[in-house]
Amino acid sequence: MRKGAAVLLGTAAGLALLAASIAVAITIGPARIGVADVWATVAAHLGGGVPELSPIRDGIVWDLRLPRTLLAAVCGAGLALCGAVMQSLLRNPLADPFVLGVSSGASTGAVAVVVLGVGGGVLSVTGGAFLGAVCSFALVLLLSHTLGGSTDRVVLSGVAAMQLFSALTSFVVMTAADAETTRGVLFWLLGSLAGAGWTDVWVCLGVLAAALTTCLGYARTLDAFAFGEEAAASLGVAVARTRIVLLCATALLTAALVSAAGAIGFVGLVLPHAARALVGPGHTRLLPVTALAGAVFLVWADTLARTVLDPQEVPVGVVTSLIGVPAFVLVLYRTRSTR
Amino acid sequence: MTPTREDTGLRADRVSRTAGGTLVLDGVGIAPVPGTVTGLLGPNGSGKSTLLRLLAGVLAPDSGTVTLDGEPLAGLGRRTVARRLATVEQQSDTQTDLTVLDVVRLGRVPHRRAWTPPSVADEAAVRSALARTGLADRARQPWRTLSGGERQRVQIARALAQEPRELLLDEPTNHLDVQHQLDLMELVSGLRLTAVVALHDLNLAAMYCERLVVLSGGRVVAAGTPDEVLTEELIADVYRVRAAVTHPDPGGRPHVRFLGTAGPPYSPSPGSGASASMKELTENTARPGPAGP
Repeated sequence: MRKGAAVLLGTAAGLALLAASIAVAITIGPARIGVADVWATVAAHLGGGVPELSPIRDGIVWDLRLPRTLLAAVCGAGLALCGAVMQSLLRNPLADPFVLGVSSGASTGAVAVVVLGVGGGVLSVTGGAFLGAVCSFALVLLLSHTLGGSTDRVVLSGVAAMQLFSALTSFVVMTAADAETTRGVLFWLLGSLAGAGWTDVWVCLGVLAAALTTCLGYARTLDAFAFGEEAAASLGVAVARTRIVLLCATALLTAALVSAAGAIGFVGLVLPHAARALVGPGHTRLLPVTALAGAVFLVWADTLARTVLDPQEVPVGVVTSLIGVPAFVLVLYRTRSTR
Repeated sequence: MTPTREDTGLRADRVSRTAGGTLVLDGVGIAPVPGTVTGLLGPNGSGKSTLLRLLAGVLAPDSGTVTLDGEPLAGLGRRTVARRLATVEQQSDTQTDLTVLDVVRLGRVPHRRAWTPPSVADEAAVRSALARTGLADRARQPWRTLSGGERQRVQIARALAQEPRELLLDEPTNHLDVQHQLDLMELVSGLRLTAVVALHDLNLAAMYCERLVVLSGGRVVAAGTPDEVLTEELIADVYRVRAAVTHPDPGGRPHVRFLGTAGPPYSPSPGSGASASMKELTENTARPGPAGP
């Protein structure tokens, strides 16, 4: 029971840290708006009151900064969660949410819409990206099933799909896009939260909630994969069903996140390792901690991305790697002897 | 033999299984006596591992049935089976930084439901498993720092945490030094579970198993007590090895001493061997007799 209380306390502390990060992050930005004004305007929206700021400044806070920061939190949580699940399920410390080719498929879908005009204006970039991601994942499932369905076949099929769709994306960009479009596409490929709106936030949050619930339900089952699939089977785990459920949940979540914000690298690969160094490998604790850590991390990474070269913007994927790699090395270094 | 014998414990009846077009098991039957250690012997490729996997229910037989207390394994559900029957592989490894305690707790996976914290019974089973394997004071040690023998001990503790009545071990002593081999078999035979152990070492089998089953080419070629099974003829037939079987202690377990490889098809003539025949073929087929000084 004491342990249960500790878990609750930890979760509450993590959520408080995330809320504080979001609250501070939305006060930072190129437009000089006072901290009190920012919070007052958010409180007014939440409480149904009338904001006192000018419509433009109110819009900056409520329609630009807040959805963007929230989307950063959702993306960070989702990508880190997917990475943790993939690494355990595929027994591969190098696995990340993009290992199944989902991000490459999304890029191809997005490029097809932006550059080639596929969908005739009906299909948005987000919609095209999502379709591309789902196509790519379906291809990986089909390939890995045909090839025998074992873990290494899944990884190899993912690598094949990734290469295929990257090549298609490059081909389309090189042959059909002008310089300006190429720059826009590249920005999206590196991952950016610049276009975040409330719709993105709600859609991604919904998918995240569903995927997180599913994965937490399988937390103990994932523990059983530590010694491989046959060992898991001998512990009473329905290996094939677990694999397909978790692959689908994480792939759909990744597809939704990538469609909204591009392929933000690093978060899904490294934050699960950092979280493991913090709380150990048990998934009941690891999954929520990974998600919270990812959320906080990406909120701050995106805040840096949009302010550090003000008024220019750095793709958040670049920032995540630049600050994340040294942080990761530090985590590994500090935990090298204790674990 | 009591009338209920057929319905208690684990039992395989005329099970067959093919892998990649080859018949690996051909109508094998095995019925370990509850509470005893049965040794599963046979050369590489004789079907020992496949039989163990069929008994564990992770592989289904192509024909024949495996039953647990008379119920077909296939109809019992994986979790139910995993609460009755535990497996230890010949070697296990992980990428994850687990402690001894983490590994032993895995044994509670089939007993627990999603979203619920571990029960008092879970914790008690884990503690008891650690105590029975002499690992109580090493619970916090990282798995990766353990030696091969210690790792096998931890896997047995994990298996015990499942609270099984049947324990299946696939060549558990393969990578261990002599002391750890004896330690491990001592531990297994002291557990008072129904254990089926695939083994390569005939003397280890003779020392610790109440009964032996010998597989060769996917069939049972001998079954019985070590005394009945481990004969010079059987060892020559199954392993193609010449051996002397003695009884160092009167009334005790048999002891096998190997004398050398025997007969066809692996070495055509003792002494000269295959290279001499090759020489004959390549150098001079006209000269009579084997070439030599």
